[in-house]
Amino acid sequence: MADPFYRAAGEGELRIEPLGELTAIFDRRSMQTHLVTQPIPEILAALEKGPGDAATLAARLADRFDLDGEGDAVAIVADRLAELAAMGLVEPA
Amino acid sequence: MRHRTRIAVGPVQFRIGSDWAPPIAALKRLYAGYPRDTDRPADATVRLFAARPWRRWLRPSVHIGGDFIVPDALPLPLSMGLLAAEMGMNLQVALGWRRHMLLHASAVAKDGRAVILSGESGSGKSTLAALLGEGDWRLMGDEFTLVDPGSGDALAFPRAVSLKNEAIAEVEARVDPARLGPLLAGTPKGDIRHLIPRADAIAAMHEPVRPALLLFPRFGGEPAIERIGEGEAFVRLTEASTNYIALGEAGFAALTRLVRDTPAFTISYPDSASGMTIVEQLWTEAVR
Repeated sequence: MADPFYRAAGEGELRIEPLGELTAIFDRRSMQTHLVTQPIPEILAALEKGPGDAATLAARLADRFDLDGEGDAVAIVADRLAELAAMGLVEPA
Repeated sequence: MRHRTRIAVGPVQFRIGSDWAPPIAALKRLYAGYPRDTDRPADATVRLFAARPWRRWLRPSVHIGGDFIVPDALPLPLSMGLLAAEMGMNLQVALGWRRHMLLHASAVAKDGRAVILSGESGSGKSTLAALLGEGDWRLMGDEFTLVDPGSGDALAFPRAVSLKNEAIAEVEARVDPARLGPLLAGTPKGDIRHLIPRADAIAAMHEPVRPALLLFPRFGGEPAIERIGEGEAFVRLTEASTNYIALGEAGFAALTRLVRDTPAFTISYPDSASGMTIVEQLWTEAVR
């Protein structure tokens, strides 16, 4: 089965504040705070360029991360996207 | 209610009513030196009441009520009425206050800058703040510290300090007995004795202070200091705040700013003297 496509939250819906090694995300829709680590903020930033699936996003992130083997990177991004979707921070496109 | 009083602690105006005279008399004594402003509407209401009318006299037991209640809380004997009042005041503030971010933390201030000590019961935050407040620090509070979401300043909540167990003797040795309340022995929280903050701390209770240092004390073990990052401090303070979620984005913004602007450390200490030395040492480095 092909990886699903996701899109970023709407403009202004998330407030993202880097706090050292963690990043705090306030979701204005749910009023919930999420604390995340790398590569979650990077994935969210990559989604700002437009909806994508794990392979697309892994390619966008490849410039910033030294990922071992393209296949692993796609799997990692797919897992993180599923977590982000469960938290409501990204939506199926 | 039959017996009542008004108490202003920091920005919170309490209205306290009781079916019995002794808890109100004890409160009036502890809070005699606090500014009174009875024209202001009350922010929080605490009620100490008997479950049945005859229980005012027969094995009197004090139930705690008010704007917010804990449904399963057990009543306390009348001899612990002062503790019931303290618990009621804490409860109303913890659950009801919205104007500031509320941290379960003690705080002391010097030269317009605050040290905020956040920890669970038993961390020694209350004792450390009380002892520092007897030196050249201004005691801001032993239980709650308020943070103004607009300015980021810390505000004092200098209620009567609730000294517990070993801390009682430690403080008794240093202060005028007139500043101590009655010994409440064998309460569910152990022995308790209240300390009236110094007059200068009460007089300055409305003065906001910029946070300089965030400390997470742990009583016991060898003296140790560990710097922690903004993220960890953020997580610890969301857990230490009773109204973080209720404040929504204002709380998020206030906490983000606090941890970015304020260096944070965990500290361990085997006794009060070494705890105070660590606080002074970190303070000197923070404000240098």
